[in-house]
Parts: sequence; structure tokens; C-alpha cells
Amino acid sequence: MVAITERPARRAEGAAGDLVFHGLTVLFAVLVLLVLGGIIASLISGGFLAFAHFGVDFFLTSVWNPVTEKFGALAPIYGTLVTSGIAMLIGVPVSFGVALFITELCPKWLKRPLGTAIELLAAIPSIIYGIWGLFVLAPFVQQYVEPALIGSFGSVPVVGLLFAGPPLGIGILTAGFILAIMVLPVIAAVMRDVFETVPPMLKESAYGLGATTTEVVWQVVLPYARTGVVGAILLGLGRALGETMAVTFVIGNSHHINLSVLQPGTTISAALANEFTEAVGDLYQSSLIALGFILFIITFIVLAAAKLMLLRLQEGVGASA
Amino acid sequence: MLLSRTLLPAAFAAVLCAVIPARAAEISGAGATFPYPIYAKWAEAYKEKTGTSMNYQSIGSGGGIKQIEAKTVDFGASDMPLTPDKLAANSLQQFPMVMGGVVPVVNLAGVKPGELKLDGTVLAGMYLGTIANWNDKAIAALNPGVNLPDKAIATVHRSDGSGTNFIFTHYLSGIDADFMAKVGENTSVEFPAGLGGKGNEGVAAIASRTDGAIGYVEYAYALQNKMTYVLLKNHDGNFVSPNADAFQAAAANADWSKAPGFYLLLTDQPGKDSWPITGATFILMHHQQDKPDAAREVLSFFDWAYRNGGQLAEGLDYVPMPASVIAAVEASWKTITGPDGKPVWTGHAS
Repeated sequence: MVAITERPARRAEGAAGDLVFHGLTVLFAVLVLLVLGGIIASLISGGFLAFAHFGVDFFLTSVWNPVTEKFGALAPIYGTLVTSGIAMLIGVPVSFGVALFITELCPKWLKRPLGTAIELLAAIPSIIYGIWGLFVLAPFVQQYVEPALIGSFGSVPVVGLLFAGPPLGIGILTAGFILAIMVLPVIAAVMRDVFETVPPMLKESAYGLGATTTEVVWQVVLPYARTGVVGAILLGLGRALGETMAVTFVIGNSHHINLSVLQPGTTISAALANEFTEAVGDLYQSSLIALGFILFIITFIVLAAAKLMLLRLQEGVGASA
Repeated sequence: MLLSRTLLPAAFAAVLCAVIPARAAEISGAGATFPYPIYAKWAEAYKEKTGTSMNYQSIGSGGGIKQIEAKTVDFGASDMPLTPDKLAANSLQQFPMVMGGVVPVVNLAGVKPGELKLDGTVLAGMYLGTIANWNDKAIAALNPGVNLPDKAIATVHRSDGSGTNFIFTHYLSGIDADFMAKVGENTSVEFPAGLGGKGNEGVAAIASRTDGAIGYVEYAYALQNKMTYVLLKNHDGNFVSPNADAFQAAAANADWSKAPGFYLLLTDQPGKDSWPITGATFILMHHQQDKPDAAREVLSFFDWAYRNGGQLAEGLDYVPMPASVIAAVEASWKTITGPDGKPVWTGHAS
């Protein structure tokens, strides 16, 4: 504003800078695509031997025998989906509550400490969660949670099958618990940020019309923040599906499919963490890489499904408006 | 902007520097994780004495075998010895470097370390699930006078691929045909039941918390954590307690002359003091060396370790190889030759 005469010169310099900046950002973006493509290609070529050797059976059997070199991915796939399912079942409602409390109900003085605490939880490395899970959470689950579950549901038909067997403390359920604790801060932090983007005017209008807090949350905040909420859940699910160390410590690492969540199981990433270093033999190693490829596909399907769901939701909004 | 302009060249320069080899007197190896602490300790002491540095990457036995086949390292290391056929196919040579033992540990109320006696058949039965309760007659027959509770046996195994798994399953497969058929031997196997813990610490944590558990860990781990070890019946029918002397006895009583390529696991060896689940970890090298100087450095290092590294090994609860085995190993080194066909190693200097 002050030195008007300087303007053209600065603009020219800025234009050159813009060009370089544009080029750099394009380069970085392409780099991401290249890395992604490279990972997919190497997973496919690495796992090709296993896919070619076992065919469809690789997805349909749960035998995992390095001695006879017979491999099937069903048990890790099952374990991955079930532990992530349990984590979402517990993690999503709790994080939703946490985020709502912080943005809508929390007294001002508590807001900041609570928010920081959640961000700190998200920053704890997963190996710490794993060790804590093994030494603290698993004994607690074994002593208090699992006996209570067996006591209340063990004799109920059908549902009882989910809680069959002795309380071991190590197994699918504990892995689900630890994943729930791990995804909670991620989901809660994103949800909180999303809820804070809701314009105060909307909420105040609703309150002005005599709406209760519950009504404001369900009919104003949630519809407005819908996309962000789904995004937050997906971010959490992504972490749960791929989590390795924490799960490896508490899941019991057994390649058997058990309907009971109290029994040990395994997940794709746990199997990789356990076996990759000492996997001798081409077929064994190829089968492990094939597992990695399957995890990639599962994550891709989850993301795609969520994108589709979001599109549906937006169409719905358009139609009703 | 400015940051990336100045940082990028700097990063490239750093990468370039890392690629250029630093010095000639440097040997490299890769492989098994189990011996890593002692190899690192030896390397440190050896460098202080000779100036030659040894760089060992503990990437796992599978990785070690791959790296030595690809000749990216001077030596590979594996917890599982390669069969003579496999050695020949890749023109490799192997020798045992240092030993360790695997110790079954239990968690039974009222049972003290060294009180419970087991043998291979009973141990195999437990891991197969055919012996499922601590009051089973087979266990009671070995333990007259010990109060065995009516409690389910919870077996705990190593879930990660490891030399410990290999030695343990090799022992049970040798003793029990049923175990051989149903589970077999490998660095990782499919157990019919039980809990899997990651690493010695995982097995120990699960076993120490689960009432009625039995697990197996490396000797050093059982010793340092004061776990409830059991006595095992050895080949001669004696019940022995796990300790360095018992492991050495197993190695000394083993007949290495009948093991081509040192393909010998030290499980169930004869001798009244031999601990039955003993095993060595192995070094892999090519017969034909393109760089005889590097190979000579490697062999000099291992020669030094055999002769002077015993105390360091014992300090970390590894067991040094007995002198008779060292002599046999060093005699076998004459088949490691340079491009001129002459042995690269001509006896130790001192």
C-alpha cells in the first residue's frame, strides 16, 4: 500500500515463485501416487506366488502351517475384521460422547485440559499401548471383565457361544478393547474439531426456538457435521485395521478361527509382525506379502464404501432441500 | 520454499555420503536376532583390540539367509542350520558360533523352581493337547510326592518365528512321532492349541499370569527373571537342571564328526549331564570368496571370538562352544577359498 511503485516488480517475482511452487506441489502429489502404485505393484508381485499356488483357497482356509507350507488367510482376515468391529462398537459411541461433552456441555475451565489430554492420548506410541495391554489391561480383563461376561451371557443360547471358554485375558476381546482405547482419541479429537465448525448462530437459533440440548445435538449439530463425523470414524477404523504392535501383544496369536471372543486369534498385521523376520522359504514369505495385499484391499474397500455412503447422504440432503 | 531449496541438496549429499563405503577394515553380517547381543558385544571388544569394525544387522534368520545368498554381506547368521543339500545348492558353508538352551517354565501354585520333573513325551503330549490336566497320570508318574492340582494345562508358545521355536519343536519332534506328524519342526509352527506370546517377554508375561500355564523361554531369560523352570529327563535317563554346564555337556557329547556341514541340533544328546533342549546358532559363508581379504577378516574375527569371547558370552548367559568343536570348525575353514583356490584363512596369528 505504501510503496505503490514497487508493486509490478514484486508481482513478477511472485509469479516466478508461484510457478516454482506450483511445480513443486505437482511433483509432491505425483510422488504420492508413484509411491502408492509402487507399493501395490510390489505387494502383488511379492504375493503372486502364494495366490498362484493356493488360488481361491488362500482366502477360504484357515490352515497356517509353515512346516508343511500350507497357508490360508481366513483366520487373520477374520481376526482383523472382528477386532476392528469391537473397537468401533466401543470407540465410536464413547468418542462421540467425549466430543459432544467438550464442545457443547463442558464448563469453560475444563475444556482446554480435557482437549489436551485427548490429544496426548493420541500421541502415545502403539508399543506403549501393547505393553500396558499385556501387563495391566489383560490381567484386569481376565479377573473382572471376562468372568462377568461369562456369568451373564455364558449360558444364554447362541449369544453364549461368543463368550465360551475359560477367561484367559489374552484374546480377540482384549485386542478389541485396546484398539477401542487407541482409536478413541483419534476419533474424539476430529469429531470435536468438526463440531466446533457448526456456526453458533444455527445453534443459538435452535435454542431460541426452545429446543433442548438433545434436540440441538441431534437435529442441528449432527446433520451439519455429518461428513466430518463419518470422516472421523473412518480415520479411527483405518488405525484399528492396521494397528500392529499393541494387538500382537494381547491377541494370543493363534491361526484358528474361534467364534468365542474370549479365545486367542490373530490379525493380518499381527501375523506379519510375528512371522516376517524368520520366514524362511519363498512360499512362506510370499504368503505373508499376500496377507499385506489383502489388508490393503480391505482398507481400500472400507474407504470406498464410506465415500459412497457420503455421496448418498449428500444426495439425500439435496433432495430434501 | 526456501527451506526445501536448501534442505534438498543437503539431504542428497547426506544420502551420497552414506552410500560411499567408509573404510576397508569393516566386515558386515546379517541374520538371526537371538545372538545379536553377544555379536554386538564381541564386535565392540574386537574393534577396541584390532581396529576392525563388525557391523551386524539382526534382521532375522530368513533375512540373513537371503542376504548371504545375494552376497550383500560377508556372512549370514541363522538360528536354524541349513541342510547339507541346501548348503550345497548355494555353495555355502556353515558353522556353529555360540549356544543357548531352551527351558520349559511353569506356573503352578506351590511348585518351586526345579521341583517338577518332565520328559519329552509328556511335554509333547501337553503341547499336542493329549495331556490336558496337571493331575494326569503321566505327569504324576514322573513326580512322586509332588502335589499336582486338578487344573487345566494352558500351553504358551512363541508366536514370532524364532530359533527358540526351532530348537524346542526339533526336540519334541525327535522324541515323539505324533508331534512330528502333527506339528513338525520350524522357526514357526502351527500348534493345535494354546496362547502365543511375542518374544520371550510375551511368553513369560502370559505364563507368569496364567495359573496352570507351561511355556518355554531362552535360558538367559528364565535365569534373569527367576522363573519356575522344570527338570528334564535327558537321553541317558537322568533328570537334569538347566545351566551352562549342562548345555556344554550336550555340545561336548554330540558327535560332530557324523554331521556334515555341522548340521546338528544339540537336542537329546547322550551324556549323563546333557541338557536335552540345547541348540547352537550358526554362521553362513560362501565357499568361493570373491574378496578373500574380507573373508579373512571375518574368519579372524570368529577365531578371536572362539578363543577370547567366552567370558563375554557367559556374561550374557550364552554358552561358548567347547574346544573340541572349535578345533573341528577351524579345520573346516580350509574349504573357504579365494579366487586363486587357496584357503583364505591359514590359522590364527598368535
